[in-house]
Amino acid sequence: MDPPLRAPLEIGFDYTRSLGPVLSQFMTALAQGRILAARAADGRVHAPPFEYDPVTAEPPAELIEVQPTGTVLSWSWAPAPLAGQPLEHPFAWALIRLDGADTAMLHAVDAGSAAAMRTGMAVRARWAAERTGHIRDIACFEPGTEPGPVPGPPDGHGRAGQEPVTMITTPVRLSYEHTASPAETAYLHGLAQGRLLGQRCPVCGKVYLPPRGACPTCGVPTADEVELPGTGTVTTFCVVNVPFTGQRVQPPYVAAQILIDGADIPIQHLVLGCEPAEVRMGMRVSAVWKPPEQWGTTAENIDHFRPTGEPDAPYQSYAHHL
Amino acid sequence: MTDVAVVGFAQSPCARHSDSTTSGVEMLVPIFGEVLAATGLSKNDIGFWCSGSSDYLAGRAFSFVQAVDAIGAFPPVMESHVEMDAAWALYEAWLKVLTGEAEIALAYGFGKSSAGVLRRVLALQLDPYLLAPLWPDSVSIAALQARVGLDAGLWTEKEMAEVAVRSRAAARDNPGAQLAGEYSSADLLAAPYVADPLRAHDCAPVSDGAAVAILAAGDRARELCPRPAWITGFEHRVDSAVLGARDLTAAPSATAAARAAGAVTGTGGVDTAELHAPFTHQELLLQRALGLGEGVRVNPSGGALCGNPMFAAGLARIGLAAKEIISGRADRALGHATSGPALQQNLVCVMEARS
Repeated sequence: MDPPLRAPLEIGFDYTRSLGPVLSQFMTALAQGRILAARAADGRVHAPPFEYDPVTAEPPAELIEVQPTGTVLSWSWAPAPLAGQPLEHPFAWALIRLDGADTAMLHAVDAGSAAAMRTGMAVRARWAAERTGHIRDIACFEPGTEPGPVPGPPDGHGRAGQEPVTMITTPVRLSYEHTASPAETAYLHGLAQGRLLGQRCPVCGKVYLPPRGACPTCGVPTADEVELPGTGTVTTFCVVNVPFTGQRVQPPYVAAQILIDGADIPIQHLVLGCEPAEVRMGMRVSAVWKPPEQWGTTAENIDHFRPTGEPDAPYQSYAHHL
Repeated sequence: MTDVAVVGFAQSPCARHSDSTTSGVEMLVPIFGEVLAATGLSKNDIGFWCSGSSDYLAGRAFSFVQAVDAIGAFPPVMESHVEMDAAWALYEAWLKVLTGEAEIALAYGFGKSSAGVLRRVLALQLDPYLLAPLWPDSVSIAALQARVGLDAGLWTEKEMAEVAVRSRAAARDNPGAQLAGEYSSADLLAAPYVADPLRAHDCAPVSDGAAVAILAAGDRARELCPRPAWITGFEHRVDSAVLGARDLTAAPSATAAARAAGAVTGTGGVDTAELHAPFTHQELLLQRALGLGEGVRVNPSGGALCGNPMFAAGLARIGLAAKEIISGRADRALGHATSGPALQQNLVCVMEARS
């Protein structure tokens, strides 16, 4: 058996989140180069502020300002920073108790080397030059006992006087290696040769194209390979009238469920080569392959399906595949 | 109250890079077959199925739905899913049996941890406003916790290394283990830090794997298994999500869960414990938090330090503890599972043999 095909899978999304009253004040203050905290009913000062008192569950009455300087309560060394972390060169993660607070905040410390780090050391916030009201307005912390400069407009308050920050945007980018199953791998290698390779369940006899890791009815691996033709029947379809990003065919066009002859589950594909209004349930279609020099291990080798002109398949022949 | 027991358990071998897809089907089909054969059950005997897994490991939405292919869910089955370690799926399954909605229930978990950069992916379980945007990775956070304990004199780097030595030695008898063998703490301590104060041996490996356990009620359990692992307590608790507001040298949620589950009742204490401690210092912390005495056998399987398939390793701890009872090697055993950063959430399942 061929080793499974693998391919990079990159996903990303810019999460926008509303802040609520407490974090809105906190983020607005960060944009101004200030750090706010909340005093709990037991007298402890939480920085960053809680939204609800951990003991009484009440929201904080008002936020108070703490110092941008503090003490390292614990630290760990990051010799090879990961994508998205606050610094691109080796740095320390630290739990930092800001002066005036009782709890700690987690952030990065730019200390140069692990040898420069110790529990109990004094650090100060290093402010980002461009601040938007986001936790990353604190670029990182650095060794120091006195507050550092707050870069920005001459008044020293980047967004002072502007509207409160009520939303944040956090981009998330993740990288994976996607692995095709052994059955999918055989299917994809078949496509690269212009063949449609499905698999038959050894228990119920159903033929799956594309093949799955296991028969979803019987829960057993499907192992018997079955080569299928490029002809089939439209079981159901829709006419796409709505344009969207990345669309490759000019609407209106037909996306259909096509039951390949000999298969027991339909695949979704385009039906082109006739007016959308002519497409119907039971219509016989055949695959239109791209030129072989464009083939790869991908279902995109089939450009679309087109009507064959044969008489329609009787409803009963595909009724239980709808 | 209905008596419920663990009557079967199976797990796939832990692997750094399995050939399985992220849907887990390839890992699940063999172990479903194994556990059903061992109990003499067929899939149609299972009244409730519950899985634990995460789309964040797969990098795509609703990945757990594809895993249902491994069941062969026709005719339709009663099924549920938790986006948590499958120990919590077992908890849901236990409730279904307790309430009489099912007589036999099956919980399974799977994780292809190797598909992404696991410790970076795990940053997304953190507070999305104040922490996740900084991408603090799971190893770095565990390292912060380790240092708090080192500074407080609760453990030493040598004691942490000795946990790894003991775990890897125990894992020689566990065919599912990813790491096993004879090591000396001196050799391990000669290795460089990966996240000072943690070295590689302090951190569980990145593991692909799956696990499955079957629960049954009353007489049905006795029919299926000559020595069922009867559940006498099953509880879970959670600590604050605010790392900086927690005392990281303790796990109050683990202590509370153990007390509620009856694990620390003097002479009623357990003789064996499987702890879900993905970092060496966490095993030392948990022994204290759970009140496990000197006489308790801890992690005879080698524990998560020798194989830590995400979303299955906690269930595996309970299943392996149950197997200690089923095999006659233990009379009263505790299975523990954790979730979240630095032992934030903890679950305890106490099981016993009955004559």
